[in-house]
Amino acid sequence: MKDIHLIALTVNGTEHEIVVESRRTLADVLRHDLGYTGTHVGCEHGICGACTVLLDGQPVRACLIFGVQADGCEVRTVEGLADGDELSDLQKAFSRCHGLQCGFCTPGFLMLAEAYLSEQDGVPDESEVREVMAANLCRCTGYQGIVDAVRQVAEERAG
Amino acid sequence: MKPAAFTYHRAYDVNDTIAQLAELGQDAKILAGGQSLVAMMNFRLARPSALVDITRIAGLDYLERDAQGLRVGALTRHRTVETAKIDGFGVLSKAARWIGHYPIRCRGTFGGSIAHGDSTAEWCVLAVLLEARIVLQGPRGRREVPATEFFQGFFMTAAQPDEMIVEVRFPKPAPHAALTEYSQRQGDFAIVAASARLDLTEDEVLTSRVVLGGVGQQPVVVDADLAGQPANEETWRAAGEVAAAQVDPPSDGHGSSAYRKKLTAALVARALAEAAA
Amino acid sequence: MTAWVGARVPRKEDRRMLLGRGRFVADMARADTLHAGFVRSPYASATIKSIDVSAAKRVDGVLDVLTGADLGDPFLRAVLERDEFTPTEMPMLSGDRVRFVGEPVAVVIAEDAYAAEDGVEAVEVEWATGPVVLDIAAALAADAEVHSGTRNCLVDLVLFDDPGLDAIFADARLTIEATFTSARVSAQPMEGRATMAEWDDRDSQVVVHTSTQVPHQCRSGIAQALGIPERSVRVIAPDVGGGFGQKCVVSREEVVLAAAAMRLRRPVIWVEDRQENLTASVHGHEQRYDVTAAFDADGRILGLAADITCDIGAYSVFPFTCAVEPLMAATELPGIYKVPAYRARGRGLATNKAPTAPYRGVSRPQIVLVMERLMEKAAARLGVDPIEIRRRNMILPGEFPYTGVNTITYDEGSYLESLDLTEKKITEAGWYTERDRLREQGLLAGIGFSCFSERTAYGTPTMSQRRMRMTPGYDTAHVRMDPSGEVVVTTGTCGHGQGHETTFAQIVADQLGIHPDQVRLRQGDTDLTSYGWGTFGSRSIVIGGGAARKAADAVAGRLRKVAAHLLEVGEDDVELADGRAGVRGVPDVSLPIAELARVVHFQTHRLPEECRYGLEARESADPPGTFSNACHATLVSVDPETGDIRARKFLVVEDCGVIINPLVVDGQVRGGVAQGIAAALYERITFDQEGQPTSATLMDYLVPTATEICPIEIHHLETPSPFSENGSKGMGEGGTIGAPAAVLNAINDALAHRGVEFDHIPVMPEDVLS
Repeated sequence: MKDIHLIALTVNGTEHEIVVESRRTLADVLRHDLGYTGTHVGCEHGICGACTVLLDGQPVRACLIFGVQADGCEVRTVEGLADGDELSDLQKAFSRCHGLQCGFCTPGFLMLAEAYLSEQDGVPDESEVREVMAANLCRCTGYQGIVDAVRQVAEERAG
Repeated sequence: MKPAAFTYHRAYDVNDTIAQLAELGQDAKILAGGQSLVAMMNFRLARPSALVDITRIAGLDYLERDAQGLRVGALTRHRTVETAKIDGFGVLSKAARWIGHYPIRCRGTFGGSIAHGDSTAEWCVLAVLLEARIVLQGPRGRREVPATEFFQGFFMTAAQPDEMIVEVRFPKPAPHAALTEYSQRQGDFAIVAASARLDLTEDEVLTSRVVLGGVGQQPVVVDADLAGQPANEETWRAAGEVAAAQVDPPSDGHGSSAYRKKLTAALVARALAEAAA
Repeated sequence: MTAWVGARVPRKEDRRMLLGRGRFVADMARADTLHAGFVRSPYASATIKSIDVSAAKRVDGVLDVLTGADLGDPFLRAVLERDEFTPTEMPMLSGDRVRFVGEPVAVVIAEDAYAAEDGVEAVEVEWATGPVVLDIAAALAADAEVHSGTRNCLVDLVLFDDPGLDAIFADARLTIEATFTSARVSAQPMEGRATMAEWDDRDSQVVVHTSTQVPHQCRSGIAQALGIPERSVRVIAPDVGGGFGQKCVVSREEVVLAAAAMRLRRPVIWVEDRQENLTASVHGHEQRYDVTAAFDADGRILGLAADITCDIGAYSVFPFTCAVEPLMAATELPGIYKVPAYRARGRGLATNKAPTAPYRGVSRPQIVLVMERLMEKAAARLGVDPIEIRRRNMILPGEFPYTGVNTITYDEGSYLESLDLTEKKITEAGWYTERDRLREQGLLAGIGFSCFSERTAYGTPTMSQRRMRMTPGYDTAHVRMDPSGEVVVTTGTCGHGQGHETTFAQIVADQLGIHPDQVRLRQGDTDLTSYGWGTFGSRSIVIGGGAARKAADAVAGRLRKVAAHLLEVGEDDVELADGRAGVRGVPDVSLPIAELARVVHFQTHRLPEECRYGLEARESADPPGTFSNACHATLVSVDPETGDIRARKFLVVEDCGVIINPLVVDGQVRGGVAQGIAAALYERITFDQEGQPTSATLMDYLVPTATEICPIEIHHLETPSPFSENGSKGMGEGGTIGAPAAVLNAINDALAHRGVEFDHIPVMPEDVLS
């Protein structure tokens, strides 16, 4: 017998009620049960960060949380960053700085950066940005475009 | 890499947790931040029959500084410790930065890390260094176990399967303490971690304590009394050599025993220097 | 007139990726899709005495369990048509013998990935373990036998055997003997392999959506293994999350998924997990070079001999074969240096480890490392400046095209200019002062260089020399303008992060005088594109882009004819630019290109016969290959107490001929360098003495993060290639090729005073302290 639970969660402002098996990770629930396939699964052991989403505002690895644990929570995924079809400043900066190539790690980096930037008052220096972005892995870019994009957005937001 | 099946249970207070653990039996486990447990479950290296999710328990997320020292609630996130300013316990905030990465620190909990009992884990090493006491609650009531006795072997602790860590108590401030570690890559588990606590005058050591991670099955207390020695680089280096000579670290893909000994010497000296600064 | 080639155009691909609307294979599972899980060998060498799937079939959610026998024992055999090569079979699911940990043995089909994994655990196999062969030395032993009845050395080539070499070595002022090794590594694309296969009754074909760099090769492999015509298979690569070579060979799992979907008549998906990707996919770069080199007193190289051995793992990958590394290494070792006498032996040795496949750079990171270390060693022993010794040996301006001792002809490059510019830039930027400053701080610090060229865009004329039964090389593009004046380009190349949708559009837009936004690239679908070889070997912009340019040029010719007729001017006077067909010297007279397209399609009767019936062309490109080149420099620090090695500065001067899009070129260089630094300092696939993988997680296999990779400064030179339609040279691998040698030289510079010398990668902190 599967251990199943009825849960309610909000994803990018939309409320969902679904039945999940307790062992399904939040990443699989978002992707396969709710269709938010923008969140990617890269390693399933918390190292690569491709599945990073915001859970009640905090950046988390969606592969290290069970979907059932998100019951009653607010989740934000990459699909929630843009305003309709208008890319956010962060998304634009990633494109401008060539912070993505194959695009697989991109949603995780965007959500990591989104969380980090929301905590910033000033403009962090490059070494701090690198230390924070070191949470996720990218195999294509050598990270420079990603680091540049995050710093540019921090500067823009600081005015 | 999908976990084996288990039943999920949510607890809303400590007593509820204890009751559920008792009912679910030996193969049930507590789920807190899950940053180690869920990864192990995804590899199917851990396969609990049931999980009791304690993350909804209110009131276990606190850092309380009092005359006796510091009390850390079991569900306090690493990130909370990292961003807190705790008088006399700056070492904790500073050391938090060594724990994994920012998202891991946002989710992982203090009590969870202690319960997991990884010998390289920053909180485990510092709990031993600062002679913390682990507060456990179980069907037989509450008890406190000194950190020095809590870690009993490779991922083995004094906590019984039906007990829950509710708090970690640090008995006295440690203004001169530091933890440093080395891994090749940012955020990885330490190959060796070294921590040091000193009481000192301007130029002389009054008391000292050095604890290591990654050199044994649990945090290792170095037998080195620096009392009366000058508080200088030479003393720190010599202490590093003494520590290295005492340990018999394991070998694995991240470093041989001989390499870990060399790291021990270097890192102990650095931890002492940082603690003294 | 706007020129799009050369412009820093933001990528068309970005938008969907940034919105989370990219479509990768794993995103395609529907409610009715079944999930596959593979039963894999837990032993490096074993025979299977029995398999019992009955318990697995009873697992909740499991629908079926299939073994090789259930599928008709499909296999692939990659062939090199040479006597020195021994072909071996690679069964798609193992028969009764397994040869590495992770080898697929059976497949479980279940309703979700969780149940599939439950089923995999429940398959009961009785194993009898056998002897293991785990390294080059063991593989060379007489009794080593990974494949029964065949010699363990699957390829053994002696090339360019100069009879005078021994005398040269005996008489030379300096003869160096040295051994160089590089560890086994994994490409580690962030998306692992993934395949979804489904049977389509309407077209009577199996449609295989798969994360591949080579859709047509994949189709051929599936058709050959399953014994069905190629038209019965349609391979589609959707968005692909990186490849770097790992996805340029046909995966056994791809064939099995196709077979399972045909048998079950249900869509079946398999999404590889990271543990599988690290252990059961393909690896590369595990090589050893035993080298002798002779120099005169001025540091000029006189002769070079190399015995090259490659640990190729348990199987010969399809279709490249296991010869890809030794053959590349033996052929191209001399590189940019004028080596007058040369001998090379290249061997591929079977071991009980995962097969190796072309990983970014393919042997070039190693051969560049060998040559660059030899230059440093000779310079040190002869008291010559290490940069000067390179100048004395490299092919110089005025010597191109240069045909080397290895019979390769090098088209024009900027070998000397790139070295000179590198030296100038790092001196101006104060690297030497920084090195001194670090040394004063108690760190060891060093600066290292590497100079190299890379042959790219291997067309059939070059590939055919390898004598592969399936010889890649050419590619074909089709360009079609629709009635609204917009263009669809098809190509057989298959981008997976390189920005081809953007760069191909820039090339085609310039030919047709339209905006790149009006050009859409169709790739990665075997039913929509002509047979082509995919994306690997830094080939796409030269071969695929070259074919697209030729086809676009043909369509432009038709547009000019149509415009000439409608405007009543001479064809040669028509100019296509900025969306209009204008007349040279008559600024007021022009027609929108969209109007020409409308007339061709909707009022074709207005046009003379030769202008009617559509605007399309199909062209192929098949160049001999072209050499891009670069010089890398890096400043590293070494912590004498922990052994920690950091690349602190990195500078690249590169020349890939005509740059289509600087944004994309810089991205390729930086990503390549990051993988080169990774190979030099962090990554290695390891096994214990039983052949169990000990680097099966990303906690153990250290893909570097943003803190390990430093900023990478890039300068460009542009020497166009006469062998390339666009004047461009391939450049996807150069970063990975040059970086390890530069890092290794810098480490040796840092440690020179200690009298230690490292000739292996990766150099680990522990090595420094030993």
